[in-house]
Amino acid sequence: MAEDLYTVLGVAKSASADDIRSAFRKLAKKHHPDLNPGNKVAEERFKTISAANEILSDPEQRKKYDAGEIDETGAQKAPPRGYRDYADAAPGARYAYSGGGAGAEGFGGETFEDLFGTIFGERGARDAGPRRGQDAQYTLLAAFLDAVNGATTRLTLPDGRTLDVKIPPGTADGDVLRLRGRGAPGRNGGPAGDALIEINVAPHAFFRRDGQDVSLTLPVSLREAVLGAKISVPTPGGPVAMTIRPGADTGTTLRLKGRGVPAHGTLAAGDLYVTLEVRLGPADPALEAFLKDAPGAQKFDPRAGMDGAA
Amino acid sequence: MMTIERVFMEVRELASEDLERWIAAELVRPDGERGDWRFAEIDVARIRLIVELRDVLEISEPALPTVLSLLDQLYGMRRRMRQLNEAMEAHLAPDVRAALQRHLFE
Repeated sequence: MAEDLYTVLGVAKSASADDIRSAFRKLAKKHHPDLNPGNKVAEERFKTISAANEILSDPEQRKKYDAGEIDETGAQKAPPRGYRDYADAAPGARYAYSGGGAGAEGFGGETFEDLFGTIFGERGARDAGPRRGQDAQYTLLAAFLDAVNGATTRLTLPDGRTLDVKIPPGTADGDVLRLRGRGAPGRNGGPAGDALIEINVAPHAFFRRDGQDVSLTLPVSLREAVLGAKISVPTPGGPVAMTIRPGADTGTTLRLKGRGVPAHGTLAAGDLYVTLEVRLGPADPALEAFLKDAPGAQKFDPRAGMDGAA
Repeated sequence: MMTIERVFMEVRELASEDLERWIAAELVRPDGERGDWRFAEIDVARIRLIVELRDVLEISEPALPTVLSLLDQLYGMRRRMRQLNEAMEAHLAPDVRAALQRHLFE
């Protein structure tokens, strides 16, 4: 607001009491109203320098002014307005409690109707008109393949009623299905609420899902791996024939296009990734004898390249 | 409306990462967007309140959302009560007022 008092008197903050006194006298002489009759500016100026002198010439006051405890007029500085000044008034709506979903005013709104509902019961707007029933929330554990391919599952509600829940193909863990009108009944002719069903997908013994794609670790025999074979592979949609080329190995991954999660909505069908895992099976004396004599068997070192790794 | 720089001048003991975190957690809700926040007076008062809750009243950071939520509910209720008072001032017949006064205050 006002000019700094030291500036008004034209002295440094470090000025001594004598400096201040002589600066004031010099300025007072120049602007004294009696010496400048009719000059409003001089009169104002004189008031300003007198006020400045009043504070700066009093050691106590000067100390408070330097510490910022009082302002240029000597008034106590007002502390900043507290949060309650805003929160109690209209601006407080900015931080209206909204937790718990429904009523925008939370404690202030919902509870208010709770508390005063008996007065307004007859005429209150909330109860007079039709009112939609509340949504009901349920959780449903779906089998992996039911979620991938889609299925209809019967859900038994806590009150004994049953709901047939149609799980659409491609449903992912955590998806929420909305069954219109299957929540709590409405009041005064209002529509019923919805049932919101969160789907939890159970893990599968063999399949794993990544979005639209599914992966599978498939055991193969040594013979199938070495010589190649045509084998049957389980997929989410049922078994499919697949050809393994000769020389396949553990870790080899084959892609079966379109055999993952079926197409649904705007998403194309995903793929099934089959990773081979060679199993030796029961001990075989003939194989042992062969490997002892096979000239190539001793040359392959699967750990070549690991030297110095540890 | 003021800028974030201005807020830091107003509330000296405020660290920028604290404010960023409080905004992210929606404890403080300025207008605008990250990089161009606009703070209303109530936002600044609320920041001061949070700093005080933490530094003076020693309320730990994890407990702040709960404390603020309770305060928001309390102030929501107070604003609503004030509205009720206004509604009663405007519409209550004198005899009903007198009856309420007897019931509540005597």
